[in-house]
Amino acid sequence: MRKEEDKKLTAAELPIGGIVEAGTAVNFHTGTWRSQRPVWNRDKCISCLICWISCPDGSIKIVSDEKRTSFVDGIDYDNCKGCGICAKECPTRISAITMEQEKK
Amino acid sequence: MIKTVYSKGNLVAKTGNEIIAEALRQIEPDVMAAYPITPATEIVQIFSQFVADGIVKSEYVAVESEHSAISATIAASAAGARAITSTSSQGLCLMWEMLYIASGLRLPIILAEVNRAISAPININADHSDTMGARDSGWIQIYSENSQEAYDNMIQIIRIAEEAKLPALVAMDGFITSHCMEVVEIYPDADVKAFVGEYKPERYLLDVRRPYTLGSIDLQDYYFEHRYQLAQAMRDARDIVLDVAEEFKKTFGREYSFYEKYMLDDAEVAIVIIGSTAGNVKAVVKELREKGIKAGLLKIRVYRPFPTEQIAKDLAHVKAIAVMDRSDSCSGAFPPVYSDVVASLYSSGILNPKILSYVYGIGGREFCGEQIVNVYETLGKVASGLEKPSNRIEYINIRIE
Amino acid sequence: MSAKMIEIRWHGRGGQGAKTAALLFAETVMATGMYIQAFPEYGPERMGAPVQSFNRISEDPIVIHSGIKNPNYVVILDSSLMESVPITDGIDKTGKVIVNTSLSTSEIAERLDIDTSQIYVVNASKIALETIGKDIPNTPMLGALLKVIGTLDINGVLKDINFKLMAKFRHKPGIVEGNLASIKMAFDKVKN
Repeated sequence: MRKEEDKKLTAAELPIGGIVEAGTAVNFHTGTWRSQRPVWNRDKCISCLICWISCPDGSIKIVSDEKRTSFVDGIDYDNCKGCGICAKECPTRISAITMEQEKK
Repeated sequence: MIKTVYSKGNLVAKTGNEIIAEALRQIEPDVMAAYPITPATEIVQIFSQFVADGIVKSEYVAVESEHSAISATIAASAAGARAITSTSSQGLCLMWEMLYIASGLRLPIILAEVNRAISAPININADHSDTMGARDSGWIQIYSENSQEAYDNMIQIIRIAEEAKLPALVAMDGFITSHCMEVVEIYPDADVKAFVGEYKPERYLLDVRRPYTLGSIDLQDYYFEHRYQLAQAMRDARDIVLDVAEEFKKTFGREYSFYEKYMLDDAEVAIVIIGSTAGNVKAVVKELREKGIKAGLLKIRVYRPFPTEQIAKDLAHVKAIAVMDRSDSCSGAFPPVYSDVVASLYSSGILNPKILSYVYGIGGREFCGEQIVNVYETLGKVASGLEKPSNRIEYINIRIE
Repeated sequence: MSAKMIEIRWHGRGGQGAKTAALLFAETVMATGMYIQAFPEYGPERMGAPVQSFNRISEDPIVIHSGIKNPNYVVILDSSLMESVPITDGIDKTGKVIVNTSLSTSEIAERLDIDTSQIYVVNASKIALETIGKDIPNTPMLGALLKVIGTLDINGVLKDINFKLMAKFRHKPGIVEGNLASIKMAFDKVKN
């Protein structure tokens, strides 16, 4: 704990007005909070992107091709909290995402 | 014979509200969002007419309440605009929670305030209860004795707020100043615009190249530091106030500081007061001086940040001081200006002056002439040891029993 | 109160222009090089209710911001106010009262119980009807006040009022002429 305390910014160092730089959530690895992990099956996935829209943490990785069409490309385990919304929202007949017990 | 101070100045007959609207026209903020309320209504009415007539390019946002007015102003300021609002009394009360948000987010919003009593009972006349209630909300507060000061303060406060990154209000007394037509020297538009300059925020939400989050949660580990920054910014604003006043003097010729000293330097008895009543006191001080009584006045202009050390130094030699509050704290303790003056002297190790607390002028009740003479007479007796200073609040011109 | 300062109280009814008269009077007196103040009685305004407004005039800057308790001049826009409002309040032996009325100085003096020498009368309503076409006694009363004060430059004032009214009533030059004529007529006709 002591070490953590040392890293905190002082009033003189902090940006004023409670400004927080955008995109800093990426550096906050909430992946360690996970008790269940989503497992994505590339072969079953039709890239409907419903999981991508639904994920509250932006942890569904996507890529675009030259026609700017997007495809699911996996899960960002550094930030995924394991809430399971992606697995729940994945269309039943597809079931490309399943939740598994996290092994730690 | 009336004359100008600034070579390019122009003398006009205007009420306080009219001259504030003129200042706003010259400043031409990006956004004004306001909801009219007596006695500040005319400021908004006249300015919105300027917008409608295309005289200013400002965006006027008609809102449905003062809470919305300040919220829209905060949003505009956060987006990067120079944003202004105006209100009075209940309107300022309805803005309450957002006043703290404006200062916490360090947004240099400007508020043209007309001091008025607070309900209940309903009263539309002058006292300082509204702004005194907001005295610790992290807003710079500058008070005006007359229309000229209101105009000059409005021009200066833009610079002060933007440099200090703090919201700021200019106050004048309801009706007494807001509705009184007086001779005011107005400066050319171009000169005011040049003095005020363009607003260049360091960070603003519409800057897509450097996006950031504003107003996020801030718990035990950081909130205290952010609030310290705010308090420190208010302390640091004192230098900014003086710098801007200095430049204002160089440009337009009128001198301003934290407060005005009127025959104070050799005074044995003095009144400390804020706002329009200072003029009434000046007239009495002049008469008393002619009779050989060493009376003086300290008129506070900048109440937030409070000039603690300076005020202590300038009052140290006075034998008896009456601090006049135009708001009662209803606290069982003492009203705000008195508390600040006493704390300033005590913390500076200045314990000699006897300091008396007076509450006057609530809800527009007058304080003038004989009543002021009486206060100086009491001070004289206290100063010479003939009378023990009262240890409680004395109320002026009131029927108690 | 400085000896040079002149204090004036206007009595009228809400809507008669007591406030406007005080403001216009102050503006025009300023044009002659004096320091001025003009302010209404502070409070909600209701049509027909008795209202007051005030002026201070001085060669020196005016620092006082209190109400006027001992006016040098009292201007009555509506003589019916004499029944209900203590219009002579605070005036001393040198104070002057100017009344818009068809009655004579002595009749008014009797009613107000003050010396005839302190009363000035002018039928401002009649003058307004003749010159402006409406019973707006405030502008003619301005002329009467100028005459009674005696030290202010009527031509400078008329010039300034002409300038101000021209700006306001650009499209109705008749209104400007009527108002100026009413001021001149009341200036000439007001009598002790």
